[in-house]
Amino acid sequence: MSALHISLAAEPIAHLGSLPITNAMLTSLIGTVVICTLVLTAARRVTVHPRSIAGQAIEAGIEALLDLIMKVTGDRTRALSYFPLLATLFLFIIVNNWLGLLPGVGSITVTTDHGVVPLLRGATADLNTTFALAIISVGLTHVYALRRLGVVAHLKKYLSLNPIMLFVGLLELVAEASKMMSFSFRLFGNIFAGEILLVVISFLLPLAAPLPFFFLELFVGFIQALVFTSLTLVFLEIVGAEHGEGNQAHARAPATT
Amino acid sequence: MTLDAETMKAVIPGITMAVGSIGPAFAIGMIGKGAMEAIGRNPEAAGKLQTILILVVAFAEAIAIYSLVIALVLKFV
Repeated sequence: MSALHISLAAEPIAHLGSLPITNAMLTSLIGTVVICTLVLTAARRVTVHPRSIAGQAIEAGIEALLDLIMKVTGDRTRALSYFPLLATLFLFIIVNNWLGLLPGVGSITVTTDHGVVPLLRGATADLNTTFALAIISVGLTHVYALRRLGVVAHLKKYLSLNPIMLFVGLLELVAEASKMMSFSFRLFGNIFAGEILLVVISFLLPLAAPLPFFFLELFVGFIQALVFTSLTLVFLEIVGAEHGEGNQAHARAPATT
Repeated sequence: MTLDAETMKAVIPGITMAVGSIGPAFAIGMIGKGAMEAIGRNPEAAGKLQTILILVVAFAEAIAIYSLVIALVLKFV
């Protein structure tokens, strides 16, 4: 197994001052460029009745996501206010999950001061990226809640003069931290495990054997993007709910299809 | 066999995975059982159940993935 190159952390390929530029950062930059190109091209050609297949596919995707959000929120204005965040998260995660599966990612290497390292690495196969996404997701649920409820009503859910409620609020704060952990570990673990699986299978039985696993990883990449997005959506609803209204949002949550 | 750091590094990730997979395995089995019972009772709901089923399985699987992350950290760091 000595021929396998598996590194848990993303390796630096260049330095910008004292800031190391890792291969995962490079790949996420490429992913961002891909998304921006795609979306800006689509946005420039918005029509009421798109004729091209690509235009219709984009419209169908937007409709499907908006439907999913509508099912959880049950309110169109709120669904539209959540849409930009959730669509961005979904696009960024799915593009980066799938970029990591392209040939050349991980196999093209460069020689640096730290030895020979891969030039590209799936951005979501780096815990830094997924943790950043988790912080954005959990942080923005609170920003949205603050906007919806106002500062006082939102803080009242965590701080209270009643000692029991204060303790519950403290537990809620711990839950926020564990949300970030589970968000980041789930995405990172799934994608990184998939990459290791592909590397090991390619090492043991090259050519034909990895093919079904590539399909599996395409599927896992989509499912994880969907899971991240729908969990963010559910938390947006739960955190943004009024005090005592939380259970209701919880009951609506499983209706995510 | 001496229990030095090298041996532990080889053994512990395996144990982590083995123990950590038990719960999710039962969970996924029960999710599948529930879904199949529901589809058996109401076959028209199969399409609606499928997406939820996959999502919930992904959540259960995430628990095994946590132990996988720990095993990987133990193994490679």
